This record gives sequence, C-alpha cells and structure tokens, in this order.
Amino acid sequence: MTTQTASREMKSLHFNERKPAMTPADKVVGAVSHTALTIWSLIVILPLLWTFMSSFKTSSEIFASPFALPSQWRFDNYVKAWTEAGIGSYFLNSVIVVGSALVIVMVLGAMCAYVLARYVFFGSKAIYYLMLAGLTFPIFLAMVPLFFIMRNIGLLNTLPGLTLVYVGFALPFTVFFLFSFFKSLPHEITEAAALDGAGEWRTFFQVMLPMAKPGLASVAIFNFLGLWNQFLIPVAINAAGPRVLSQGLAAFAGQMGYAVDFGALFAAVTVTVVPVLIVYVIFQRQLQGSVSQGTSK
Amino acid sequence: MTSVKGKSLRVDGGASAVVAPEAAPPVYKRRRKPLTFDKISFFVVFLGLPLAIYIVFVISPFVQAFGYSLTDWSGFSPKQNFIGLENYRRLFTDDIFMKAMGNNILLVIVLPIVTIVLSLVLATLVTVGGSSRGQTKGLRNSSFYRVVSFFPYTIPAIAIGIMWGQIYDPSGGLLNGILTSLGMEQFKSFAWLGDKNTAMIATMFVIVWGFIGFYMVLFVAGIKGIPAELFEAARIDGAGRFRTAVSITIPLIRDNIQTAYIYMGILALDAFVYMAALNSGGGPDNSTLVMSQQLFFTAFTKGQFGLASAMGVVLAIATLIFSGLVFLVNRLTGGDKDVSL
Repeated sequence: MTTQTASREMKSLHFNERKPAMTPADKVVGAVSHTALTIWSLIVILPLLWTFMSSFKTSSEIFASPFALPSQWRFDNYVKAWTEAGIGSYFLNSVIVVGSALVIVMVLGAMCAYVLARYVFFGSKAIYYLMLAGLTFPIFLAMVPLFFIMRNIGLLNTLPGLTLVYVGFALPFTVFFLFSFFKSLPHEITEAAALDGAGEWRTFFQVMLPMAKPGLASVAIFNFLGLWNQFLIPVAINAAGPRVLSQGLAAFAGQMGYAVDFGALFAAVTVTVVPVLIVYVIFQRQLQGSVSQGTSK
Repeated sequence: MTSVKGKSLRVDGGASAVVAPEAAPPVYKRRRKPLTFDKISFFVVFLGLPLAIYIVFVISPFVQAFGYSLTDWSGFSPKQNFIGLENYRRLFTDDIFMKAMGNNILLVIVLPIVTIVLSLVLATLVTVGGSSRGQTKGLRNSSFYRVVSFFPYTIPAIAIGIMWGQIYDPSGGLLNGILTSLGMEQFKSFAWLGDKNTAMIATMFVIVWGFIGFYMVLFVAGIKGIPAELFEAARIDGAGRFRTAVSITIPLIRDNIQTAYIYMGILALDAFVYMAALNSGGGPDNSTLVMSQQLFFTAFTKGQFGLASAMGVVLAIATLIFSGLVFLVNRLTGGDKDVSL
C-alpha cells in the first residue's frame, strides 16, 4: 500500500503540469463503460421485472398490452399457482430433496476428498481418475441405464431415489474441489491431533472439517445452485413420482399449451425465481468471494 | 494461517473435554500401523460409502450405456440381441439425427465464443475502466453491475426458458411490445421462435443471457488476481487500454478462459433444458432440435433404449473430442508457456 501511494505521488510529481486526475479520455472511457454496463444491466433486469409485473395481471390484461401495469395488484395468480398448479408442494419437494442431497454429498464428498488427499494407498490414483471421468462424461449418457437401475432397486419415481442420484452426480465436483483444499492443509495439525490422542474419525470431524469450512461453503453454494436447477435427472427418473420444482414448472407450462392462464404461469416463475434471488443478494459477498477463491488457488 | 491454527487448538481443547463412549485404543501405539478398528471403520465409511454410491449411480450407468448401444434392446422386452455397430450406422444415416448434430455443432461454435467475448469485455470494463492515473482502478459503483449480472445464474434454466418463451410471445410478449412501440410495425405479431430463420438465434440469445454474468464474475476474479504492478508497468511503457487488455489481461487469465470455453462447449452439446422449454418439439423445420432432445424422445417416448444409448455414446464422444480440441488449440497457441513480462 505504501509503495503504491509513493509511486502515485512520484507520478503526479512527474506529470505535474497535467494535474487533473481524470483526463478527457478517461471520462470518455468511463462514460462508455457505464453506458455499456447499464444497457447490459437493463437487459438482465427488464425481463425479470416484466415477469414480476405480469404475475399480477389477468390473461386478458397481458394480451391487451405488455407494458401496462395491472389494474389492481391481486394475488389470485399466486394462489392459483401455489395450490391448483401444485407449485407449493413441488417447492416443498425440492427443498427436501435438494436439502438432504446437499447435506449427504457435503459429508461424503468431504470424507472421500480427505482420504484421497491425505493418504497414499494402492488404487488411490485410480479412484481419483474415476472421479475425473464422472465429471467429463455428459449426464445424458447415463440416463437410460440409470432408469433401469432405479427400477430394479425399486427407487424409480421416489424422492429418496432422486436424492441418492443427486448425491452421486454432485460427488465428483465436490471431491475435486475439496481434494485440493485438504491437500493444502498443513500435515503438522494431523500429527498434533494424533499425538493428543484423537483417532482417525475424531481428527477428521473435529480438526480437519472445521478447518475446511471456507472451501465447504463455496462447494455447498455451487452444489445447491446446480441441484436446485437440475432438470434432466428428475424428468428422466422421477417422471411419475412426486415432482420437484423445475419439473413441476415445466409440466405446468407444457400442460397450459397455448391457452388459459398466463398470469398463473408468471406467478409460478416468480415463485421459483425470487427465493433464490433473495438468498443470493444476501450472500452475494461470500459468493463473489468463493468464485475468486476457486479460481485463484 | 495463524488464525486457522488457533482455531484447531481451540477445537482440540474442546475435544478433550468430551468423553468418548467407546474405549478407543491408545493412539500412540498405532505408529507401526496395525489395523485398528478405528482405522478400518474409517476407511470403510470414508471411502467405501461415497464410492459405493458413486459407482452404482454414476459409473455403472456410464459403462452399461456402452453395452446397451450395441444391442437392439427396447427396454421392456427381456430379449436383447447383440447387433454390433448397427445402431451407429442407423444414426449416421438418420437425417433427423444428423440435423440435430449439426445444430449442436452450430451451438458449440457460436455459444462459447459469443459468451466469452462479451463477458470478457464486461469484466474488462468493470476492472480497468477507471482513471488512467495512478493505480489501475475499477469503475466506480461496479459492484452493482457485478451483482446484477449474476442474477440469471441463480435462476433455474427451465424458468429462464419459460420466461423467455413468454417474452418472445408473438402477441403479448415484451420483445414485440418494445419493437412495435419503437415504430417497427413489422414485428407486431412476429413469432421469433416459430420462424425457422430466427428460432435458433433467439434460443442462443437466451442461453448467452443466462451465462454472461457467471463468466463475467469468473473473469473479474481472475483479473483482480493479477498484480497491479503489471498494469502499471504496461502503462508506463505506453500501452493503451486496448493493448493492455490484449497483451496483459488475456494471456494472464488464459486458464480461466480455457475452463470457461470447455464448460460452455459441454453446455452447448447438451442444451436440453433450454430447447425443451423454448421449443419442445424441435422448433420449426427442426431448426432448434439437438441430439439430447432426440435421445430423450427415442428413449422415453419410443422406448428404443439401444438406439438411445448409441446417441448417448455419440454425445459423450463429441464432448471428449471438443475438450481435447480446446486443450490442443490452447497448447498449440502457446498456452502452456509461462507468460514472460
């Protein structure tokens, strides 16, 4: 910091005659940048705002004018989407499946990454590459056999089955990310724990896991977004089961076809979008931090 | 690091107060690595449990898919005849599948480039758009842009698809509303997704919209990791903003760009959700049909599981070829060399 201020002072001394901090060119660049970024922000925000606004309109109001505000702010559409279209129960299913899958995959992924990162044994490299393979192949390749595996073990069209599959497909990413994280933790601490009488289990849960918290938080955020948004897996192996949100939303949009209730559809989309958006805005600092953590290390 | 150590000490202190219910064997005796119950159970649970789930639900389906792709299995019949590469021959003579593959190739060429160029430009504007005096500064109030840009990434893809389907709606949609109010009457009831000339472009725009923000945040993080002295040195040497971006920034975040390129390409080879939401039937003249849609239809509607598995294998091979190409191009253009300044 001090060297930077020093160099800045030196520079301003050097260019003493051209004193203003912002040159005209700077101003132009700044203005152009702000304009470009503002346009981009509008492209992002306007569709969301429009969806939100339309969720309060009736179908005839939507067709009359895409811009007009609703004649009155009624919540009929939300009630309809939540109860009649079943978005409420889909939402709950999603929370249950994604929540439990997230907890399981974080625990199992951390354990697996820890063993792979801290112990050398026969086959450890092979397991590592097996994980890499799971990351490279497209999920689509697995869908047909997976359908029959689920049917054979009786978990087709069930939420526990869906949860297990989510765990399986989120595992390689989790292991990869945490592998490098556990690798970077100092070995002295494990030794200290062992000298203090902690067994393998206790060393992991009471020493290593708490130290990995920053890494765990980043992975958990990405896993949550990935699983919450998952669409292919539920439509393939849970088509006739209790629907999760993404699946239910698609079914609702599909069954409406070209007719009926667009207001309720907008309300359903809003219900899907807003909770995650709010959580994101609250935690955006940590998230931005975790993106930079993931890339700079 | 010191804070981390302090934390672990605290945890240890707390641990000693907890009385373990089972009589754990004294640890210092394990020096010669005898297999204690603690150690065995540790490996069984820590490695066995995750691996079991992973192998049953991920690896075994992948392996089985290759096997199924060589049979004429229709799933519900007990019989499956080995027919060699017949399924693959059928695929490569099937006009609809080849059309779908062509669309995927188009997506793989266009989507990564457009997304990465735009997000790089935005990331550059955010990070080095500030004053050219003194330390390289980002644009003022840029965190607002960053937060907003990331919004689409938090929205489920299916919701993005449905939302844009309504925006593109010929009569009540936002897009035509804006265009007609700007005086372009010819768009009064133009069906963006129903015209084979615009369906693909409109669809691509939606996917790009969904991902620019994420890669922008990724690149901003990468650019912030570059030491400020490098930018300063370049400026003192007389490099302008454009030159700095091309000769300093891009080479230094090259790895991030390569990662982004591969992710975007894999997404373009899949693209199932977006296509299903915007034009579930494949679009006018199959102009937005992709391989994944065809696979899903063949498997779960027509029940031709052998053929569908072959499509999955083609998709997997295409993914591998693509990733390999990106690595190769990056290496040939000098990506593995250290950037010397």
